[in-house]
Amino acid sequence: MTTELPVLTAKDFASDQEIRWCPRCGDYSILAQMKKVLPTLGLPREKFVFVSGIGCSSRFPYYMDTYGFHGIHGRAPAIATAVKVARPDLQVWVITGDGDSLSIGGNHLMHAIRRNVDLKIVLFNNQIYGLTKGQYSPTSPVGSRTKSTPLGSVDFPLSPLCVAIGSEATFVARAVDVDIKHLTMVLERAAHHEGTAFVEVYQDCNVFNSGAFNYASKKGEKEDNIVYLEHGKPLVFGKNRDKGIRVSEMSRPEVVELGSGVSEDDLLFHDEEASEPSLAFLLARMRHPEFPEPLGVFRDVKRPTYDAQVNSQMNSAIESKGEGDLEALFNSGDTWTVE
Amino acid sequence: MSSTEVAASQGTGGKKTEQLDSVVIRFCGDSGDGMQLAGTQFTNVSAVFGNDVSTLPDFPAEIRAPAGSLSGVSGFQLHFSSNDIFTPGDQVDTLVAMNPAALKTNLADLKRGGTLICNEDAFDKGNLSKADYKSSPLEDGDGLAGYRLHKVPMTRLTRDAVDGLGLSQREADRCRNFFALGLVYWLYERDPKPTEDWVKAKFSKNPAVAEANLRALRGGMNFGFSTESFTVHYEVAPAKLAPGKYRKMTGNEALAIGLATAAKLAGKNLFYAGYPITPASDVLHELSKLKNFGVRTFQAEDEIASMAAAVGAAFAGDLAVTASSGPGICLKGEAMGLGMITELPMVICDVQRGGPSTGLPTKTEQSDLLLAMYGRNGESPMPIVAAATPGDCFAMAQEAMRIAVNFMTPVLLLSDGYIANGAEPWRIPAISELKPIRVEHVTELNGDGEYLPYKRDENLVRPWAVPGTPGLEHRIGGLEKSDVTGHVDYSPTNHHHMTEVRAAKVAGVADFIPEQEIEGPDSGKVLVVSWGGTYGSVRTAVRRLIERGESVAHCHLRYLNPFPKNLGTIVSNFERVWVPELNAGQLSLMLRAEFLVDAVGYNKIQGKPFLVNELVEQIESILEDSNP
Repeated sequence: MTTELPVLTAKDFASDQEIRWCPRCGDYSILAQMKKVLPTLGLPREKFVFVSGIGCSSRFPYYMDTYGFHGIHGRAPAIATAVKVARPDLQVWVITGDGDSLSIGGNHLMHAIRRNVDLKIVLFNNQIYGLTKGQYSPTSPVGSRTKSTPLGSVDFPLSPLCVAIGSEATFVARAVDVDIKHLTMVLERAAHHEGTAFVEVYQDCNVFNSGAFNYASKKGEKEDNIVYLEHGKPLVFGKNRDKGIRVSEMSRPEVVELGSGVSEDDLLFHDEEASEPSLAFLLARMRHPEFPEPLGVFRDVKRPTYDAQVNSQMNSAIESKGEGDLEALFNSGDTWTVE
Repeated sequence: MSSTEVAASQGTGGKKTEQLDSVVIRFCGDSGDGMQLAGTQFTNVSAVFGNDVSTLPDFPAEIRAPAGSLSGVSGFQLHFSSNDIFTPGDQVDTLVAMNPAALKTNLADLKRGGTLICNEDAFDKGNLSKADYKSSPLEDGDGLAGYRLHKVPMTRLTRDAVDGLGLSQREADRCRNFFALGLVYWLYERDPKPTEDWVKAKFSKNPAVAEANLRALRGGMNFGFSTESFTVHYEVAPAKLAPGKYRKMTGNEALAIGLATAAKLAGKNLFYAGYPITPASDVLHELSKLKNFGVRTFQAEDEIASMAAAVGAAFAGDLAVTASSGPGICLKGEAMGLGMITELPMVICDVQRGGPSTGLPTKTEQSDLLLAMYGRNGESPMPIVAAATPGDCFAMAQEAMRIAVNFMTPVLLLSDGYIANGAEPWRIPAISELKPIRVEHVTELNGDGEYLPYKRDENLVRPWAVPGTPGLEHRIGGLEKSDVTGHVDYSPTNHHHMTEVRAAKVAGVADFIPEQEIEGPDSGKVLVVSWGGTYGSVRTAVRRLIERGESVAHCHLRYLNPFPKNLGTIVSNFERVWVPELNAGQLSLMLRAEFLVDAVGYNKIQGKPFLVNELVEQIESILEDSNP
């Protein structure tokens, strides 16, 4: 007789802590979808670990009734790497923000991704430092007027997906906080990926940077400003699905109108599994307002994970040399005896 | 036939053999000249023969400074003896100088009447000018008249010895260190077999080079045997160490083996996270070879990542360790605080080197004690232990881990470049001698239908619940938290309470560590208090004075925070408390603050260990001052 795991629901993952995000913060929606996704993954609740850094995003672990670790600013990927390597049986999520992982944490993010540690990294991008009350971040547009940049910021921003792709990410995706069904699908895909799954979520900070992503979230507006990616399907968008993305002879994307000589067959067809990340990078370079911004899974390829390989090396060593023998270790090298 | 058989079959060739108790020999040459190798081989051979040994490698930070330059000189000093010794020696008896720069920088340490062996072929115009010599000191006569000078054409003789093996001239010259080694092997009646075995194993894929090194070695031995300039050779009998089986051990090796041992004793995996830094990198190297002991090593992208990883590994339930040196420990501060406030067990090793900032990477110092005590923001006490000798790193690694897991706290283990790279004989313990390390993970709820991650036992220690354990799901982090429940809590009285509880927990470690031992009388005129790698020099100096009947005693601290329970009483029983340190006064500051005692420091910040004689002289002058 097999023991059946109890069927989990979103309620099982709710912690007893009062949630302290501002009313109407985009984080609530992300939390709600995460609580819907985890029960579908077939893992008991004790197998999940949420690791975060510092920021509004990083309060997330307190609101999930799983094992959680609220770390220090920028260092969650390093903490999480160790958790996963030490305990490959756990599913480890990293919750971070644009400041936490692209400013102070840039180095750790890059290395966790290039190692392809089996972590699900969700970056809440609100293009601002919310917790410290409104400084610009590495993803804020040039000219952002904030507490620390009253005359407008002069920094050129980073694109999180470009950084991830440049760091050799094996899974890269983007979603919008209030795009509930799509966000859920993306989180599920990330959960199932073996290796680093990097997800950028456009998140609205209604207090310090309200409306930054309205173009991508508001009904009536968004249809012309985003394009949903589907593996093997052409890039079609628009209220009436009458626009598409084609790649020109110069390998640059261009927006075209369907009909009058342009059919869907002429469009760029998405390939999540392309071995080179150039396609994913091309898609990540498509920014509003010149292009509709792609949402969904940009890339999903397989590469051995760091944690599996480290553990495999350790296990092979035990197999070939036998379990460590202290006496043999002490006596290794030249020894001599004093009577 | 091996070279010893050659020598034996020809008898002593009319040479005299003298008995010596102790010899201090130093090899010095260019950084690329193989002086460390020569010194290490001589040490191995002497240790296997049964002498007590103590070493002091001394090399520059650069990988290969310009050939022949003064800044590129690399040295290896070895003290071997028929007695129990604790230091690599104050003065050198025999100096082997491979080039003028080496002679220039090392001659001052050679004792009057000492033996000076120089590679005369290296004393050409170019090398002499690089070493700021206007003319060759080997020809001048005056400068070196006070020594027993042996000018040996090592380059030519090495080239002759390896002739016919198809080596280029550069390859042939690289065997010069073996020629020099062979010569001093003959001089001190060393059995070269361990070196010969080593050469054959190391160069098994390159038989020409192996043979060349062996021939150079034999060449050196035969030169000593045959030539008329060496009329005496010396015997240094094996030492009467405590009976047992021994091996040679450096501090870093001992640290790595000690950590792997701790993991084995606790029945846990070891997670070692580190970043290469002189002089701690070898700990990472050694542990990376021990995978079959359940050791996973993580070469992180930087010092902060390795500390964050140690915290993560501890959260996940492994025995977590990281090692670094001063600059890296500074970087790790914030994450160490995270380990401290989440009350997770981990060991952080600081293999100290000359500071501040980048400082002197290959020189020794002990100037991170106050960093260890106070180097985190807020009130962040941590237990601190320090190794006294290379072999002691083995014991203190386990002590550090034991305290960490028993008290759910990060623990700092202080070592330094001198003991990390220095070697001495290490008595191999029986497994049954090792103290167990018990680790318990909580598996059941400890509250009313809930798990309370900060519910403390009688030692103020919280339980260690490992992720993956059903029913104990909880969140911890760097924010201040309520006692018992662990929920984020900024309230005033809770914060005050938590600060006191964390401090009390660490202070309570004093009940679990040994009392301070004292060498010499329990009371008297002068108490010498020291810590870390200065043990050898200080112990030797104080012993000498005690043997002369002086009223002086020595406490060498291995537990720096908390102090042993009886230390306060001890310091109050002496008229003067004298604290020799390789820093500007750090333990002395702590003793003054803790015990309101007028501890006076003797401070040397030169990147070198204390000389026994300088300590003896200093203590003598204090004893004189204190005479009525």
